[in-house]
Amino acid sequence: MASDASTTDQPIHPSEAEGVAREPLVLNNRSMAWVTDRICGIVENRQPLIWWVLFIPSVLLAGLLGGTLVYLVSTGVGVWGNNQPVAWGWAIVNFVFWIGIGHAGTLISAILFLTRQKWRTSVNRASEAMTLFAVVCAGIYPGFHVGRFWMVWFLAPIPNANAIWQNFKSPLLWDVFAVSTYFTVSVLFWYVGLIPDLATLRDRAKAKLAKVLYGLFALGWRGGNRQWRHYEMAYLILAGISTPLVLSVHSVVSFDFATSIVPGWHTTIFPPYFVAGAVFGGFAMVLTLMLPVRKLYGLEDMITHKHVDNMAKIILLTGTIVGYAYIMELFISYYSASKYEGDAFHLRILSGPYTWAYYCMFFCNVISPQVFWFKKARLNLWVVFIVANIVNCGMWFERFVIIPTTLARDFLPGQWGYYSPSITEKLMFLGTFGLFMMLFLLFIRFLPVIAIAEVKGVLPENDPHHPDWVKLKEKRRAAAAAE
Amino acid sequence: MGNIFPRWINLLPIKLIICLGALATVIAGLTWYVATPKFTRVGYAPQQPIPFDHSLHAGQLKMDCRYCHTFVEDSPHSNIPAAQTCWNCHGPGKVKADSPALEPLRQAMDTDNENYTGDPIRWVQIHETPDYAYFNHAAHVNRGVSCVECHGKVNEMSVVYHAKNLSMGFCLDCHRNVDEHLRPLDQITNLDWEAEDENVGEFYARIASKSGKSEAELMEADGIGEGDSLTQKIVGKHLQGLWNVHPPQDCASCHR
Repeated sequence: MASDASTTDQPIHPSEAEGVAREPLVLNNRSMAWVTDRICGIVENRQPLIWWVLFIPSVLLAGLLGGTLVYLVSTGVGVWGNNQPVAWGWAIVNFVFWIGIGHAGTLISAILFLTRQKWRTSVNRASEAMTLFAVVCAGIYPGFHVGRFWMVWFLAPIPNANAIWQNFKSPLLWDVFAVSTYFTVSVLFWYVGLIPDLATLRDRAKAKLAKVLYGLFALGWRGGNRQWRHYEMAYLILAGISTPLVLSVHSVVSFDFATSIVPGWHTTIFPPYFVAGAVFGGFAMVLTLMLPVRKLYGLEDMITHKHVDNMAKIILLTGTIVGYAYIMELFISYYSASKYEGDAFHLRILSGPYTWAYYCMFFCNVISPQVFWFKKARLNLWVVFIVANIVNCGMWFERFVIIPTTLARDFLPGQWGYYSPSITEKLMFLGTFGLFMMLFLLFIRFLPVIAIAEVKGVLPENDPHHPDWVKLKEKRRAAAAAE
Repeated sequence: MGNIFPRWINLLPIKLIICLGALATVIAGLTWYVATPKFTRVGYAPQQPIPFDHSLHAGQLKMDCRYCHTFVEDSPHSNIPAAQTCWNCHGPGKVKADSPALEPLRQAMDTDNENYTGDPIRWVQIHETPDYAYFNHAAHVNRGVSCVECHGKVNEMSVVYHAKNLSMGFCLDCHRNVDEHLRPLDQITNLDWEAEDENVGEFYARIASKSGKSEAELMEADGIGEGDSLTQKIVGKHLQGLWNVHPPQDCASCHR
């Protein structure tokens, strides 16, 4: 593996010639070879002890998830705590929680790509992987919430002997389409992005099995000009297809609530509010995963403070949008003069059984990110990590506030109830975290966590118009001599 | 390690896609053919303890279905007759009293029989509505749905078999197009009835007496002239209006 030795010289970047100091995306004048060695090294070398310390409990928790699902199916849906009036308990809370987390991946991979935000290259691979694993966790919940898991194929419009067809007026059906489209496109986008890096791993592989497997998935990539032209066009098209998905998936999820007439759900602000919340929660999860990964595998030169700073700013922005939505919901319930709307929000924030959840949510999602107004806070990785985790909790509480709080207080007091999850639901939620962590750790173990080819694309030496090649070469030589 | 892949690997993805596509098509086709009720149920003809011949009793002898299935007009469940019903004709000294095929009947009814048990005859059920689907025979039979619609031409079966698929789609097909299946109440158990057999004058006279329109008006609206015969559509349409038949199609009407 290449040396970690760094020079303290000023970094070199084309923008220097233009007189604009622009922070370099890869620090310490790292060369292309260093980038390849460092990222492939994660896959090729032994995993650190902490990997195993995290992986073994994750596998056990994922097994626990399987156990709770077997118990659920073999015993019946009564092992969950949800019932009338709160028919959507933790199952749907957790579904929306996980599906929301996925949104940062799509945003980074698609929108930041189309808007030429080059800093995305260091974090897009892991964020997209996180998206996929979050959607896998999310999909489990509605699948089993239907009650009879073996009838789940009814969700798909397949001709059948029952002569029944899906209700195309229902947002729940469109939810199925939205999530499955999202998953499919995300997998394709992720995989297409992986192809050049898989070829790199193939070419470096020493073991026969690794060579065969990476080779098969690299689809015969040789890195020729024709291949790159086709590849980049495919990537651009997939980015174009994914971009509307960033907005559409969580909008459709919000329709599950907003198209009902239940006060507390029946609001037009839901789609933008859900999308902002999803991006907010997604970036928090990206930071939660990437800060430890960056430290553990020595990726500080590629995932720099600039990346953390940018993501913290996005969290601040979207968190403030979410805070605006919370306050606007309250204002509209007052301003509409609708009795039921007013009561629903009075119960939510003052007199209902779940007011504690509302204040938890409000603190976590609106108050805590405000520290990111300060650059010092954005640059302190501990502060960023802690706030990101508070935001993760807050986004879970947001879904909890929306679902049980609303359903437990319907129009008629005769229908009022209280919901608390059963032990099975709690263990199942824990189990999805295990599954998520297990998949992410396997991803770190077997695939390049950073897009090697793309990071090389933002190195100064990739720029044919670089003003001062001689200067760059001198710095490289000096760095090598200092070693 | 150099290139370890031989040249033929280049075509492997295309071959795989073609093979998997073909496999998927075959699986979908087989599922459609063998895993749906039109295959799994139709043709089921279990051996009964007594080889009771419907084509003889209901066909040649023209016994009414309701002679044996007595409660069909009054009950959600259409009953299988008790052994006493058979005994009415096949008792001592009556029809085929000594037939060896009727031994199970004598065991059930004949106290003089050396093998007498008094237990009912164990007929094997052929048509079975699942527990999660509510079906009411009386509601159908009293509103012009004949036995033949679901059970087929039992009067021509020497061994009764499952003639229709009775899938949920089968139920809904009728509930959605009810006029294609209704007939006058006095023809319910006439399994050979056709709308063309219906007497045009009598039919319109009956409808006219209930609807407040004249026979001529009704016939003109239907485009029926003097020598024409009726069609199922016309009969069904009038009977549906007459009885105000609106079969429910929501889930809860059968899955209660």
